[in-house]
Amino acid sequence: MAEDQDKILEEVTGNEYKYGFTTDIETETIPKGLNEDVVRLISKKKNEPEWMLEFRLKAFRHWQGMKSPDWAKLNIPEIDFQDIIYYAAPKQKPKLDSMDEVDPELKATFDKLGIPLEEQKVLSGVAVDAVMDSVSVKTTFKETLAEKGIIFCSFSEAVHEYPDLIKKYMGSVVPYTDNYFAALNCAVFSDGSFVYIPKGVRCPIELSTYFRINAVNTGQFERTLIVADDDSYVSYLEGCTAPQRDENQLHAAIVEIVAMERAEVKYSTVQNWYPGDKNGVGGIYNFVTKRGLCKGDYSKIMWTQVETGSAITWKYPSCILMGDHSAGEFYSVAVTNNHQQADTGTKMIHIGKHTRSLIVSKGVSAGKSQNSYRGLVRVNKKAENARNFSQCDSLLMGDKCGAHTFPYLEINNNTAVVEHEATTSKIGDDQIFYCNTRGLSTEDAVGLIVNGYVKEVINQLPMEFAVEAQKLLQISLEGSVG
Amino acid sequence: MSITGTEIKLEQKYTSLFNDSKTSLDKVVSENVSSQRDKAIQLFEEKGIPNKKVEHYKYTNMVPLFEESYNVDFEHEVFKKNLSEVFNCNVHDLEATTIYLINGWYYRKNQLPETLPEGVLIGSFAEFSKSHPELFEKHYNQYAKNDEDSLVALNTAFAQDGFFIYIPKGVVIEKPIQIVNIMHSEQDLMAFPRNLVVIEENAQAKILLCEHTLSENKFLLNGVTEAYVDKNAVFDIYNIQNQHNLTTNVSSVFVKQKQHSSALTHNLTLHTGVTRNNIYIDMDDEHCESHVYGLFISDKNQHVDNFSFIDHAKPNCYSEELFKGVLDDAATAAFAGKIMVRPDAQKTNAFQRNDNLLLTENAKINTKPMLEIYADDVKCSHGATVGQLDEKAMFYLRSRGISKEESRILLMYAFAYEAVEKIRVPALREQIRDLVEHVFRGELNKCHSCALCGQESNGGYSCM
Repeated sequence: MAEDQDKILEEVTGNEYKYGFTTDIETETIPKGLNEDVVRLISKKKNEPEWMLEFRLKAFRHWQGMKSPDWAKLNIPEIDFQDIIYYAAPKQKPKLDSMDEVDPELKATFDKLGIPLEEQKVLSGVAVDAVMDSVSVKTTFKETLAEKGIIFCSFSEAVHEYPDLIKKYMGSVVPYTDNYFAALNCAVFSDGSFVYIPKGVRCPIELSTYFRINAVNTGQFERTLIVADDDSYVSYLEGCTAPQRDENQLHAAIVEIVAMERAEVKYSTVQNWYPGDKNGVGGIYNFVTKRGLCKGDYSKIMWTQVETGSAITWKYPSCILMGDHSAGEFYSVAVTNNHQQADTGTKMIHIGKHTRSLIVSKGVSAGKSQNSYRGLVRVNKKAENARNFSQCDSLLMGDKCGAHTFPYLEINNNTAVVEHEATTSKIGDDQIFYCNTRGLSTEDAVGLIVNGYVKEVINQLPMEFAVEAQKLLQISLEGSVG
Repeated sequence: MSITGTEIKLEQKYTSLFNDSKTSLDKVVSENVSSQRDKAIQLFEEKGIPNKKVEHYKYTNMVPLFEESYNVDFEHEVFKKNLSEVFNCNVHDLEATTIYLINGWYYRKNQLPETLPEGVLIGSFAEFSKSHPELFEKHYNQYAKNDEDSLVALNTAFAQDGFFIYIPKGVVIEKPIQIVNIMHSEQDLMAFPRNLVVIEENAQAKILLCEHTLSENKFLLNGVTEAYVDKNAVFDIYNIQNQHNLTTNVSSVFVKQKQHSSALTHNLTLHTGVTRNNIYIDMDDEHCESHVYGLFISDKNQHVDNFSFIDHAKPNCYSEELFKGVLDDAATAAFAGKIMVRPDAQKTNAFQRNDNLLLTENAKINTKPMLEIYADDVKCSHGATVGQLDEKAMFYLRSRGISKEESRILLMYAFAYEAVEKIRVPALREQIRDLVEHVFRGELNKCHSCALCGQESNGGYSCM
């Protein structure tokens, strides 16, 4: 059995990262290093207005006085911020009018990734904003969306076209002072996506951003801002991949969501950055600040994430439940293998009355990885009748990995009902045996059990992503007998 | 000697007090105990008094509590009053071997029953450190984690007296050993009781530690108890904390377990000002079993913080943890429990739960049940809940003609019951049941009000 296990684990770890290719696209980069001039240069390259530069500089100055957080259960090697290229953009013609003008190499890259960039892939029903090396290269379906009044464009475009909205909402959920990596992002972010759903509009298609790190030595710093006005609905998807490289690359992003009265935003992520090889060499450092603000009454924000990639993940998608009767949900599957480290979870801050939150977190650790859930549920003094339920399960595969749970529950109101539950287990021999007696091979049995284990979360993903997520899980785990 | 608030750094107050009083500190104890002081005070100085930035003290800032000025007794003071006049203990009806500590010092007039089995040692920590140096060399300061918690280090630096219990191989003490620590002084007082318990192979003992305050002064207790539980031994410690609102009680218990041993700790915090309980269980051998329980019932502005660290260092161990809290008025509480399953500690079973009842809008609870697991063949779970009294149950009781107040008490009692039932000594369980009911009926507070309003304690003063 032990031998089998080793063999299967080996097979699993031997699986190659299929997105590990690089594309030979001419890239425009700036020199390595970080200082005020670099911040100014980025701003200039992007042709930004003065107020944007001011914002960046303020953030940069603040960042200089901050220290890298060390509270997470992660072993983060020191990052040399001077050794990173902060701006890399695929060289392109200044303006893209149709698909034909997109660099064919670039198009090939996204085709390879299976991203429907082309308009004719209408049937797939997803509008995509593709971001390569932190610059938005193409947004599809813009016209269709515009008819409904929906704005879906790159962040830089929004800075020029909709400065009022950007000024109003940028930094309103994640201020530049929030944390070390958020401050860094505010100073050097290159691009990202902006979404505005007007009052009463239900976005007819899924909106999606695809992030791809391509260039060597670069960091990727993008930010996403989603504003859902009263009575609107949007479902947003995010996918990420990166080439296979021996050095670590930094990804520090910000996602801000604002949901007004009765608005609902669903944000799904399938994170598959390059996790490093089986000896733990290379891989992306993924330090992301994601936060949603349920500003209006009866608003709702849902985070769903499937985290399979990255050498280090430091990510806590959160909900601030400000409006009365607002709701926040968090569904997460985090899979770590080899030398990966993940410290991920959520924060649910109950401020409004009758707010509800739900947390379902499923961790799977294999190899020599460390997988932690860290979450906070805070019920403020005036948040009457708050309700929270958290469930955090861990599945261990192999005896060299770790699974940890660090929930924080801070309850300041006596009408709150808060529950937290966590279990840690492995796939039982009896479960496997049961499946075997029903004619399933051990490999299939493990696949079945793992899929059953994460089903609660996968079910929350939109169709296209659920398929991809399931495949991803199969690649990384199927057959590893616990 | 006194500690007064001045401009100097807080830690320096304690280090200079340490330097000034080193001779008197060393006078009462053995060389071995004294020799541990320097390193401990150094560790304390490095870490300082824990504030909210120290993760383990996130919800309890110790700095303002240690900033207050207190006296410290470095000499074994003669207790002038007749103890039985001052103190009358209800649990006393319990058949127990009772000894007293006054302000953390072993009371010299303690009388031990002659029926104690041969080889059993019960008595003063200071005296036994001199008369039984071999036991102290082997066990003293071996289990307390001075580097984990600066307050433990502070205790090691100032340790002078407390109780010492030694149960030799194969001896089973049926009756609980009751230790009553009474804080009674004319001045505000700080005390560092240090206790050591050694239970040899196949031996069994149960300790009931009661902490009381009998004068209306401010008290700060920073106590440490170390317990060594050898193979197949059984050890229970029940700590009943019943002190007035001006008391700060930091109590740290370290249990080291060997093969097939069973240990139980139960902290019943019924009344205090600020309480911090640290419970460290180290299961250093296979097939250990440990039970960590707690019940805290707080009102007014009281604050209770329970911290536990259960270390599954070896395979095949079992641990069960349950803390229940009832918070009334503006009481606040925190719970942090960590279960650590070390690499290769396979077949571990560890269960942890913390349930809390918030009765008023000003009560607050912060809870943090943590799991850190490095082995795959384990069953671990933890859970935490925060809620109120069940409205339906309330309605049911009221529809049966039970008054609102009585229904409330019944339901609170039902909530606490689970924790009380974990007590393994039947007679003690009975006593605690009554006691908890008294607390819910508010009858225990009455006796404290009299301590607070400064009435002369006399025969009429009966507590607990």
